[in-house]
Amino acid sequence: MAALVRLSDQIDGMINEIYDRKNEAEEARLLEYKAAVKVQAWFRASRVRSYIKYTNECATKVQKAWRGFLGRRFFRILLKNTVFIMKLNHYNRMACKVQKVWRGYYVRKYVFNYYSRKRYLEALQVKNQSIRNELADFAEQQQAARKREEEKNEKKRQEYEARKRHHLLSTEVMPGIYNSPFLPYPSETEYLLRSVKPLSRKKVCPKEPLFDPVCASYNSKIPTVLPPIPQKPQGPFRDPTDVQKQRYKPFQPTLRVATDFYSLEKARQQLKDAEWVTRINDNILQPFTHRLVPYEPLLHTTSKYGHLPFGTKYFREEFLDKHIIPQNFKTLVPPIPIFDKLNDTYSQGQV
Amino acid sequence: MSRQVLQVFEQYQKSRTQFVQTVAELASRPQNIETLQNAGVMSLLRPLLLDIVPTIQQTAALALGRLANYNDDLAEAVVRGDILPQLVYSLAEQNRFYKKAAAFVLRAVAKHSPQLAQSVVDCGALDALVICLEEFDPGVKESAAWALGYIARHNAELAQAVVDAGAVPLLVLCIQEPEMSLKRIAASALSDICKHSPELAQTVVDAGAIAHLAQMILNPDAKLKRQVFSALSQIAKHSVDLAEMVVEAEIFPAVLTCLKDSDEYVKKNVATLIREIAKHTPELAQLIVNAGGVAAVVDYVGESRGNVRLPGIMMLGYVAAHSENLAMAVIVSKGVVQLAIALSEEQEDHIQAAAAWALGQIGRHTPEHAKAVAVANVLPKLLQCYLRADASEDLQTKSKKALKNILQKCVHLPALEPLLHDAPPNILKHVVGQFSKVLPHDSKARRLFVTSGGLKKIQEIKAEPGSALGEYINTINNCYPEEIVKYYSPGYSDALLERVEQFNPKV
Repeated sequence: MAALVRLSDQIDGMINEIYDRKNEAEEARLLEYKAAVKVQAWFRASRVRSYIKYTNECATKVQKAWRGFLGRRFFRILLKNTVFIMKLNHYNRMACKVQKVWRGYYVRKYVFNYYSRKRYLEALQVKNQSIRNELADFAEQQQAARKREEEKNEKKRQEYEARKRHHLLSTEVMPGIYNSPFLPYPSETEYLLRSVKPLSRKKVCPKEPLFDPVCASYNSKIPTVLPPIPQKPQGPFRDPTDVQKQRYKPFQPTLRVATDFYSLEKARQQLKDAEWVTRINDNILQPFTHRLVPYEPLLHTTSKYGHLPFGTKYFREEFLDKHIIPQNFKTLVPPIPIFDKLNDTYSQGQV
Repeated sequence: MSRQVLQVFEQYQKSRTQFVQTVAELASRPQNIETLQNAGVMSLLRPLLLDIVPTIQQTAALALGRLANYNDDLAEAVVRGDILPQLVYSLAEQNRFYKKAAAFVLRAVAKHSPQLAQSVVDCGALDALVICLEEFDPGVKESAAWALGYIARHNAELAQAVVDAGAVPLLVLCIQEPEMSLKRIAASALSDICKHSPELAQTVVDAGAIAHLAQMILNPDAKLKRQVFSALSQIAKHSVDLAEMVVEAEIFPAVLTCLKDSDEYVKKNVATLIREIAKHTPELAQLIVNAGGVAAVVDYVGESRGNVRLPGIMMLGYVAAHSENLAMAVIVSKGVVQLAIALSEEQEDHIQAAAAWALGQIGRHTPEHAKAVAVANVLPKLLQCYLRADASEDLQTKSKKALKNILQKCVHLPALEPLLHDAPPNILKHVVGQFSKVLPHDSKARRLFVTSGGLKKIQEIKAEPGSALGEYINTINNCYPEEIVKYYSPGYSDALLERVEQFNPKV
């Protein structure tokens, strides 16, 4: 109990002490709190910082590796492209060279060749010159021919004039007007007059064509009078018209001339043709009574000797290689002229 | 007694004969025609065509023909008088003298107009005339061919009718006859038939006309040659095929000799033939060039005058138009000089126009060609043609086109310079354009351009800003230092004087 009493005695001091202590603690609490926060903050910050630093370092490492990888890949591509472009340019340059040479060659060979053009034009000039020369020669020839022709005509005309004025020619006694006695020489016209014949007054009548036995045709014009003897001469002569009639009697061809040599054959052919035309059927109508006779072979065809040609084909020996033509000569009986001329005392057209 | 009766008839016949003969005689003089017409000669001649005496018939037909030949009124009267059917009928029946006279009447009627020719055709004259072509007598054939030619010459339908009547093979036979006049007229008729259309020409070619015509080109007879060349050119003008067929008859170089013929028309027709062949393709033109045809034509252009020159000029133009090679061939054959002479010598507009066109065709290919044309001093002449007050419209357009063609290729500045002074703006544009193309690249030319006064002239041109001409002037001005350009600008002296006024001397 004592303890309790002692304790109860001490209680007030204890309470005061508790109050004091509590007050003291309260006073120090904010300060301590702030200090604690500061310490914690520093600690935590340093921890976080170190962590961040660590992660950053890690990220840098990753990035370094990745970027290095990407960069290398990009570089490869770039390199490839660059090389490709370089090659392309090179090839293009080379292609240009090839094309340049080829095109130059092609154009010069097939499209436009300066030298061949030049050659062509030069050749053309030569050709032109030769054509010009030829044409000039031709024109000159033409000119000369024309001139000759004109001169000829002129000469002819002068001659004709001279012939017309031939009466002005001087004679031995009387000098003509072109031969003046006061001049030493006669004029040129005088010589011309001397050289030509006078123009004849007589009109030139067209000559009758001379008798030509080859061309004397039967339908030539019959003269009204007999040429040598105009009228009936005195004497015991026949009447001129009678003579005329006899002399120009119409054409009497011989029978041989008047008819065709092949008239018989022609007439036969004509008959045949006419018969063929009128015939209705080419197959000849056989009467029903017609019976088939069994074929009896001929003696000649059954024997191996056949026909003997001598006596049927020919009658004497023939030498075919000596013939001049393959056909036989036709027998032709010539006309007997004396019969044709019967009653004709005058020949046609001849005197 | 009977003698008295017969005497009456005889007298009647004699007076009829005398009448027709006198009328025929009178009808041959133009001054009598009017009187004869007023006296009613037509109605009197018509019954005489049916006279029993052949001589009277013939003479009546002859008189009618002469009347109808005179003018188209009388020809019309012949048609209206229903004389043609009689003639056509008797054309088949009568003797050769009458046929000749009847064909003459038909020809005289058909000559005037397509309508009259059509009325001749309507009477069935073609068949009768074609039958006459088969006649033995060359005179009859001649007059029938003549009449057919006159009918065919009007238009394509009439020519087709003549062809349909089967005249062409007979006409081709006629040109093979020995008679010169018959050949001539048959060739002329063929030419008249061919000229209308390619089909007609093809028909004539199919009848084998070319070979026979080609054989006659060296014939000494000038009139025949005229017709032959005319026919060949009418055939060749239609198409390439026909032209090639003409060429295949190996007419070159024989035709070139005919360019030296004494006859003007032969020359003209030959040149026409060459032109018609050359115009089709470059190959044909090349063939002519290789045969020396250009040289011959150039000589021909130099020797002939007037209308005869025209086909030659056009031939040169056609050849040059095909390709630059051929144009060069014309240049080396001295064609430009002759064309320039023709351009300045000829008075007529259409020939000048042709020459201008040909020169334009030569100069339009390359600068080389343009230079060749320019040095022949052609440009001022062309300009003169273009600017002349009395020039025809055709000449103006042709010369303008030619100038433009040449100028667009021309880099030969000395030739261009004169044009700067007297060309109108539409031509000046091209001239200045050429300067603006050349000057930036040629220092010598720049110097020359200043000293010759070209730059001064350029500054005087009033060009609208933004137009092509303005552009060209700017380009030229840019080739020179600014001071020079200013110096040559108009009004520069005034500007200088103004500066003198404004200048304040430091005292």
